[in-house]
Amino acid sequence: MSIAAQQPVAVPIAAPGAVEKPNRLLTLLQAPAVIVLFLWMIVPLAMTIYFSFIRYSLVNPDVKGFAGLENYQFLTEDESFWPAIINTVLLMGAVLIITVVVGTLLAVLYDRDFFGKNVATLLVIAPFFVMPTVSALIWKNFIMHPVYGLGALFLQKLGLHSIDWFGDYPLISIIIIISWEWLPFAFLILFTSLKSLDNEQKEAAAIDGANPFQLFLFIIVPHLQRAIGVIVMIETIFLLSIFAEIYTTTSGGPGHATTNLAYLVYSLGLQQFNVGIGSAGGILAVILANIVAYFLVKMLAQNLKGR
Amino acid sequence: MKKYGNLILGIVGWIIAIIIFFPIFWMAITAFKTEQGAYSPNLIFIPTLDSFREVFSRSNYLGFMMNSIFISIGSTLVCFIFAIPAAYKMSFFPTLKTQSTLLWMLSTKMMPAVGVLVPIYFLFRTFGLLDTVTGLIVIYTLMNLPIAVWMSYTYFCEIPAAILEAGRIDGATVWQELWHLLRPMSLPGLSSTALILIIFAWNEAFWSINLTSAKAAPLTAFIASYSSPEGLFWAKLSAASLLAVAPIMVLGWLTQKQLVQGLTFGAVK
Repeated sequence: MSIAAQQPVAVPIAAPGAVEKPNRLLTLLQAPAVIVLFLWMIVPLAMTIYFSFIRYSLVNPDVKGFAGLENYQFLTEDESFWPAIINTVLLMGAVLIITVVVGTLLAVLYDRDFFGKNVATLLVIAPFFVMPTVSALIWKNFIMHPVYGLGALFLQKLGLHSIDWFGDYPLISIIIIISWEWLPFAFLILFTSLKSLDNEQKEAAAIDGANPFQLFLFIIVPHLQRAIGVIVMIETIFLLSIFAEIYTTTSGGPGHATTNLAYLVYSLGLQQFNVGIGSAGGILAVILANIVAYFLVKMLAQNLKGR
Repeated sequence: MKKYGNLILGIVGWIIAIIIFFPIFWMAITAFKTEQGAYSPNLIFIPTLDSFREVFSRSNYLGFMMNSIFISIGSTLVCFIFAIPAAYKMSFFPTLKTQSTLLWMLSTKMMPAVGVLVPIYFLFRTFGLLDTVTGLIVIYTLMNLPIAVWMSYTYFCEIPAAILEAGRIDGATVWQELWHLLRPMSLPGLSSTALILIIFAWNEAFWSINLTSAKAAPLTAFIASYSSPEGLFWAKLSAASLLAVAPIMVLGWLTQKQLVQGLTFGAVK
């Protein structure tokens, strides 16, 4: 199989005939998409910023006016704020590490040929297509349930005490579920990226006497660097907004043990109807995401220019 | 020796695949158990379709499924109405600004949903879009539009401009060119784009839980209602989940190759 046939889709590079003066009619074709996306980007964000600086609570409609940084102050003084920040970071960090490390090892394994590999690959990527609410509930009930869960039955067979996953290790349970959902994503990207690694390079290294570990460290890992960067950035954006899994399993509890930034904003803004403080939380999430997005867009720009 | 190594690799590979797939497998077989049997880990049982019947008769399952279908297909169609002309213009008549426009479009994806949850909720309330199919179609269209433009753009770029030019020289009108040349050549790429957009819309749970309740809830939001501790009906939960997951998983498996491109905006080849 030639390399060209393996990877038919190249990142497009602007045609050499790029014209300086755009045809008006043609610009019209592009305008609707640009306009709706512009509105989508600017209107809600402007509203969040505005809300975050005013006193706005549906419970106390009489309290109005400019709030300055009050909302941000209330937010940071809220007893669930720091747990939420810490949980968000722990959740993101743990899921990123697990998916990238396990994904890399799996990709290397699946880069080799073995019987029924194509079918096995389908099984490995399957969790990615399961909707988050279903993933959360099958793990919560069938695997992690303290009495009837398969995990509990298995431990009982071994004569051990069963584990009350969501009672005793709530955040770890959430991390396990979300890692299971995102592992296929990391695997699929790393696996695809590995396929574009030149076989000759591997062979040359083998002839030079590199052992499998050296091959992994000095040929495979550097090759995957870019793919890993992409995974980290894209997962970060999504992991910042993890919500459905927490909503269906723990509702942020027990206490604040599984409250993350997204769940906090939901509970402040849509449950307690404190729009101002909820919005301040939203702005924090936007700032975090923008830092990540900056690097991602920079990398994609390099890609477009053909490196 | 080499063959022996491959055998071990294969066994390890398969064990891992089975472990990863196991929760889905378990959900699938529990769907065919009775409600009492669902709590026991037996692999051998008499399969029954009772849970499926119950799911359909006790809840408006068909309604939620139709919502999911309308929302995912509807948003994909609207997405294409906006995306295809834009991608056509960008790929065949690029200007110096085209690249930065594309990147800017993608950057709108970087906004975490939670950052705009509060204002979107209030905008929806003001415009009467809460708990409507239209409302979710609007959100999912905007959510998927950058991916739709980007993927269509990449597929259009693969079509050699020379073929279109040859058509033009032979006297084809713009419409003939679009219909007889561009449409057949871009159809495979655009259909896999459509499948990916449908998968994303089908599985989206953040907006569907927050913006819909009984009337316009798609399956993601409906399944969330099984989370109450009192309502532990495992067999019914499994039956409802299996029907919600199976069709999309098949679509996902079919688009496996294009998926990476759609997910990473072409950054990983």
